[in-house]
Amino acid sequence: MQLLLTGGRLIDPPTGRDATVDMLIVDGRIERIGTNLSASAAQVIDLRGKIVAPGFIDMHVHFREPGFEYKESIASGCAAAAAGGFTAVCCMPNTNPPIDDESLVHFIHARSREAMGGLVNVYPVGAVTAGRKGEHLAPLAELAAAGAVAFSDDGDPVHDAELMRRALEYSAMFRRPIIQHAQEPSLSRGGVANEGYPSVTLGLPPMPRIAEEMMVARDIRLAEYTGGQYHVAHVSVAETLDLVRAARTKHLAVTCEVAPHHFTLSDEALATYDTNTKMNPPLRTREDIEAMKAGLRDGTIDVIATDHAPHSYDEKEVEFAQAPFGIIGLETAIGLAVTELVKKNVLTLYQLVEKFSTNPRNILHLPVIDIAEGSQANLTLFDPTAEWLVDPATFKSHARNTPFGGARLTGRPVGVMNNGTSFWC
Amino acid sequence: MPLHSKHLLGLDGMSREDLQLILDTAVSFHEVLERPIKKVPPLQGKTVANMFFENSTRTRLSFELAERRLSADVLGFAATGSSVSKGETLKDTARNIEAMKVDMVVLRHGAAGAAHYLSRVINANVINAGDGSHEHPTQGLLDMFTIREKYGRLNDLHVCIVGDIAHSRVARSNIFGLKTMGARVSVCGPATMIPREIERLGVEVYHHLDDVLPHVDVLNVLRIQLERDAGRLFPSIREYRQTYGVTRKRMEKAGRVVTVMHPGPINRDVEISADVADSEHSVILQQVLNGVAVRMSVLYLLSTRG
Repeated sequence: MQLLLTGGRLIDPPTGRDATVDMLIVDGRIERIGTNLSASAAQVIDLRGKIVAPGFIDMHVHFREPGFEYKESIASGCAAAAAGGFTAVCCMPNTNPPIDDESLVHFIHARSREAMGGLVNVYPVGAVTAGRKGEHLAPLAELAAAGAVAFSDDGDPVHDAELMRRALEYSAMFRRPIIQHAQEPSLSRGGVANEGYPSVTLGLPPMPRIAEEMMVARDIRLAEYTGGQYHVAHVSVAETLDLVRAARTKHLAVTCEVAPHHFTLSDEALATYDTNTKMNPPLRTREDIEAMKAGLRDGTIDVIATDHAPHSYDEKEVEFAQAPFGIIGLETAIGLAVTELVKKNVLTLYQLVEKFSTNPRNILHLPVIDIAEGSQANLTLFDPTAEWLVDPATFKSHARNTPFGGARLTGRPVGVMNNGTSFWC
Repeated sequence: MPLHSKHLLGLDGMSREDLQLILDTAVSFHEVLERPIKKVPPLQGKTVANMFFENSTRTRLSFELAERRLSADVLGFAATGSSVSKGETLKDTARNIEAMKVDMVVLRHGAAGAAHYLSRVINANVINAGDGSHEHPTQGLLDMFTIREKYGRLNDLHVCIVGDIAHSRVARSNIFGLKTMGARVSVCGPATMIPREIERLGVEVYHHLDDVLPHVDVLNVLRIQLERDAGRLFPSIREYRQTYGVTRKRMEKAGRVVTVMHPGPINRDVEISADVADSEHSVILQQVLNGVAVRMSVLYLLSTRG
């Protein structure tokens, strides 16, 4: 099987390349890179105006297997990832049972190899605490040895300060970040919406912004004290970015990610009580959206990650307070990022590739994707100018819980290649 | 002139004209309630389902009476706790009831936005009879009706709402409706019970009752939820009584005639004392009667709209 990719713009941050090239792919391997390539036996794919980038990774997804396969399975999640332009994901451990021992890591690896011909690398995130109960450390060394790339109790914060300290100390021994769902639980308990004007008029129990800021402040102090590696999941408030910025000036191993909905929608979107505007952390204010964009621009935010959180139709078809938190994100990520960030001159396409590929791989200490003759092709191809209408009915994900149905977006994946196989959108 | 909306979900965003129409129409139903024969035929042949997912005596009886006075067929449904805990969703419950050819649904529910949600999934007219901490529009309307009955107007009157503003749907409906009608609205309560950014609704915030009392025309005293977070939102009933309890002594010190309202049920000797609740300045029982008239008005106006 020979593919000739012609005229695409290769953006490859690890080598600094940004040039129009042709690429000959033979059986999933990069045979040649150059200009005016020809290969009579090859299928030619015209990529003029499109981007060829190292494979994108979404370092924050919830594939609900095992336990909640009716929401999303590893197979459907991988299909959604490929359709969204990702060749890798990190799946969070809030499954049932949770990913807190090596057998679960092996199970996820096995399942992901069966899905999409093994196209999508699924990197499990292990639980920080046994059973995600926040009481004792999970077997972090065992999990890491089995292939867990990071640890998190995502969905819940690691609340106990001493346990967080120990987790940072312990995981640093084998270079794994602790990913924190940063929220002081006693301040946000029972809340369903950002504390602010919309929550007042709508009468929705509030989640104050300071709950996030306080937890990040504590954790950064612990990261400094222990020398551990700390990553803030789905940042939602401006103050968190100030804390991360300050940590960077001290050269601490502190990084963070933002989800597309947090740089796109504000809490004003809750006005109709649409349960697809309910997520945790909640949508914040317009000022926070601007702060997220500023953080992306100045590099404080390293990563765009979707927090892809599938739920069934019926689970979201209830009163706002009773609906589960979360929306899906894999298949709208590139569209939202190009529409909100590239088109609005927040990020260049080059920087976008860094946030979707290079930076998360660095944080997770994953090998650099080598775009060179002789290497296995691990590529994301996307069209930064294609306009499209979001129709959740066409999603590969099992789930449809998105507030972006009907949105007109610019920027769309074209296809992905990885592990000797490919998917064309 | 019909109402602009098919449903009554809240007073937030409701136009002055619609508010006026409901209040004006309620006047004629109020007159009906004074007659020896208190029944009129406008809702004959219509069926109204009262879906109460939260405990309520006053509001449920008031709606039921309003419906019967209008000659509607009335279907009662009471379930405490959430629909989810009963195993059936709100949507399924409502659709099952609607399948029996119900024209209107009156919903009381513990979750904010429940009435909005219901209005999207059924075809019947939906009347919000209280959704979580969001709104209780007919209570707001009956409070406005009562004030207008007493003063002949709403604009330029100063209405102060006292109590747990953060968790009060009565407060929100009062604020939205009264502001639209040109009243001056203030709220008074401990800082722990005043939501952040409430000023953006155009209300003044007070923490000391004695500061605001000399300036108000109407005091709307909210029920303190004794069961809610005692010891977290406020230290004790005793301290609340001493700080915010509306007593005759306190009223006299203010040196001004103030009309006192309360949505009920009253915690006597907590937020209000008998010498105020039962005084000549109290309109608490008028509120109850006016509630029936206002609900008749809402039911009638929505039914004519179809």
